Amino acid sequence: MAVYLDHAAGTPMRPAAAAALAEAAARAGNPSSVHRHGQAARAVLEEARERLAAALDCDPLEVVLTSGGTESVNLAITGAYRAARGRTDLVVPGGEHAATVEAVDALVASEGARLVPLPVDADARLDPAVLAAALADARGSAALVTALWANNEVGTINPVRELGDVAAEAGVPLHLDAVAAFGAIPVSFRTSGAALLSVSAHKVGGPVGIGALVVGRGAAVAPLLHGGGQERGLRSGTPPTALAVAFAVAAEEAVATLAEEARREARLRDRALAGMTAALPGAIVRGADPGRPGARLPNNLHVTVPGADGEDLLLLLDAAGVSVSTGSACLAGVARISPVLLAMGVPVEEARGALRITFGHSSAEADVDALLAALPRLAAAVRS
Amino acid sequence: MKVLAAMSGGVDSAVAAARAVDAGHDVTGVHLALSRSRGTLRTGSRGCCTIEDAMDARRTADMIGIPFYVWDFSDRFAEAVVDDFVAEYTAGRTPNPCLRCNERIKFAALLDKALALGFDAVCTGHYAVVTTDAEGRRELHRASDEAKDQSYVLGVLTAEQLAHAMFPLGATPSKAIVRAEAERRGFRVAAKPDSHDICFIPDGDTRGWLADRLGSAPGPVVDTTGVEVGRHEGAAAYTVGQRRGLSLSRPAPDGRPRFVLEVKPASNTVVVGPREALAIGELRGSRWSWTGERPPTEFRCAVQVRAHADPVPALARVSADAVVVRPDEPIMGLAPGQSAVLYAGTRVLGQVTVDRTVSVPALA
Repeated sequence: MAVYLDHAAGTPMRPAAAAALAEAAARAGNPSSVHRHGQAARAVLEEARERLAAALDCDPLEVVLTSGGTESVNLAITGAYRAARGRTDLVVPGGEHAATVEAVDALVASEGARLVPLPVDADARLDPAVLAAALADARGSAALVTALWANNEVGTINPVRELGDVAAEAGVPLHLDAVAAFGAIPVSFRTSGAALLSVSAHKVGGPVGIGALVVGRGAAVAPLLHGGGQERGLRSGTPPTALAVAFAVAAEEAVATLAEEARREARLRDRALAGMTAALPGAIVRGADPGRPGARLPNNLHVTVPGADGEDLLLLLDAAGVSVSTGSACLAGVARISPVLLAMGVPVEEARGALRITFGHSSAEADVDALLAALPRLAAAVRS
Repeated sequence: MKVLAAMSGGVDSAVAAARAVDAGHDVTGVHLALSRSRGTLRTGSRGCCTIEDAMDARRTADMIGIPFYVWDFSDRFAEAVVDDFVAEYTAGRTPNPCLRCNERIKFAALLDKALALGFDAVCTGHYAVVTTDAEGRRELHRASDEAKDQSYVLGVLTAEQLAHAMFPLGATPSKAIVRAEAERRGFRVAAKPDSHDICFIPDGDTRGWLADRLGSAPGPVVDTTGVEVGRHEGAAAYTVGQRRGLSLSRPAPDGRPRFVLEVKPASNTVVVGPREALAIGELRGSRWSWTGERPPTEFRCAVQVRAHADPVPALARVSADAVVVRPDEPIMGLAPGQSAVLYAGTRVLGQVTVDRTVSVPALA
């Protein structure tokens, strides 16, 4: 029996979303066409946008559909930087997702941007006071602040409202990467104070291949893709109507069931956590305290096991039919020491033994049973 | 058995892994990322661990239906093989990095990790044969296909390492059969060219690669009487037996070609001389290993000093601090740092890393 405990990497499509995708994909019509088929497709697309906007608590007009989280983040950072005219500083905390890190690096390398790195605390949280101090120093040269709403690896939730206030005070637009947060905790664009917000469908039970960048009415963004001027001119290309419908259905369902689902997944998580800390001596929970309300994603468990290699633990669990993650991105299959853990101040030797276990809408008690049953083998391997 | 199959992305390791599955083993594939700065695409037949090679290995594992992982051994490889390669040349010796890789990576670091994870054996696409006698003792033998035989680079394996080694290709009569089998199994890599040369020197220019790392250190090229006959750009880049690339300003008095006889790193001097001066009558070394039981203090064997050299009948003597080998006929061009692998018929007995050689005239 294969057990999937890597929902943060991508959760299976919700049946309602899969059905909506199949139904919409079979219909003809480009939403940009003038005839009836085009009009029908446009109606389906705009209805999906409205439902997505409701799930994200923003205006439908603010939803710009993209190919996924990475494109959303790139459009937000690169687009905002290019539109910022003369402001060169990109304010970025440690422990961000690779999409952010690499987009910023590219702008620094070839478009004259300056990186203003911010330290995060031992849980990967950005202190609003740290941001305030950095923006005071920047004195009008900051083009954009970007931050994770919730950390995709260790699950720590940032104080986004306070970060939004600080950014607004300094007059600097804030981009929030809410890819890991959306669907797991309440996400409201309107009250976040962000100018830009990135989300992805396949993290909420929608299809891979679509995401959205919420672009607030006041935000200035230059497009990355040029063409027919779709999506407010910010993202040219035929809008993927069927993917948008499935995304909307999944997002709606995720938000509607969020409170109950969060409690359920947190219970699974806490049971897994108790089993892991008991079976693997010295295992340390990384990221915010799971017991503190609102501090951590309810579906995220992350531990480091002293003296172990996360890759080895993953392989042993894989052999036992349990799929988990080491948390950090791979380059062609080669696991790297997690930059998130390093940003948190975790020593390299401890960061090596990282294991991330994440739950989703399809997770069940039996999944935790299978994980716990495999732990003695892990413990034996760690001892040897 | 639980078997860990090392898969380079080439045709040999692909077929080896598939045969291990056919033999009923529980096989897991692993690709070793050995280079710290991996190229994305393979170029020609050189190199061995680009991302394209890792992809090839992964697709083969998919077809065989086995789990597959990529393991980063680049730091260990750099230390145990690449740094060692440079250090050996710096010391005026001629190392064999493939042998070093088998000794310290594939059948050491990789095997250790495999055993710790509960595997029983490491399987590779090497052409060599392992036999097991009635009492469970294992022997390492040459492959059936003499042209492909790779027992030389496995000569460093100890009995303990050999006990956990699996070479499913060793008894195959020819490489063509392996390619045909890969084709039949539908492997995309069936026609992939063989890899040659040293995997971490992708363009095959060993001297240029060494010069980049060792820098330029011009010095004299002298003849056996000490007379300067030319200049070199750094003694460390030269190998005993080398003839090409010497660019000597003074021709030999008899007009015959000259060869590198000795590399002296301390004085940054390269000594050249006629071919007959390369004839080695004795070699000795203080670092050796046996693939099985320790042999008697004196025994007859055949000694092979390079991957594709002919074995030469010899007498070997083992003392407390050295193995001394006297070939029946002189061996031409043998440098310190090379491994002398000792055979009894097709069986690999062990190897000694050459510290010192004695030329035939000096012996007499």
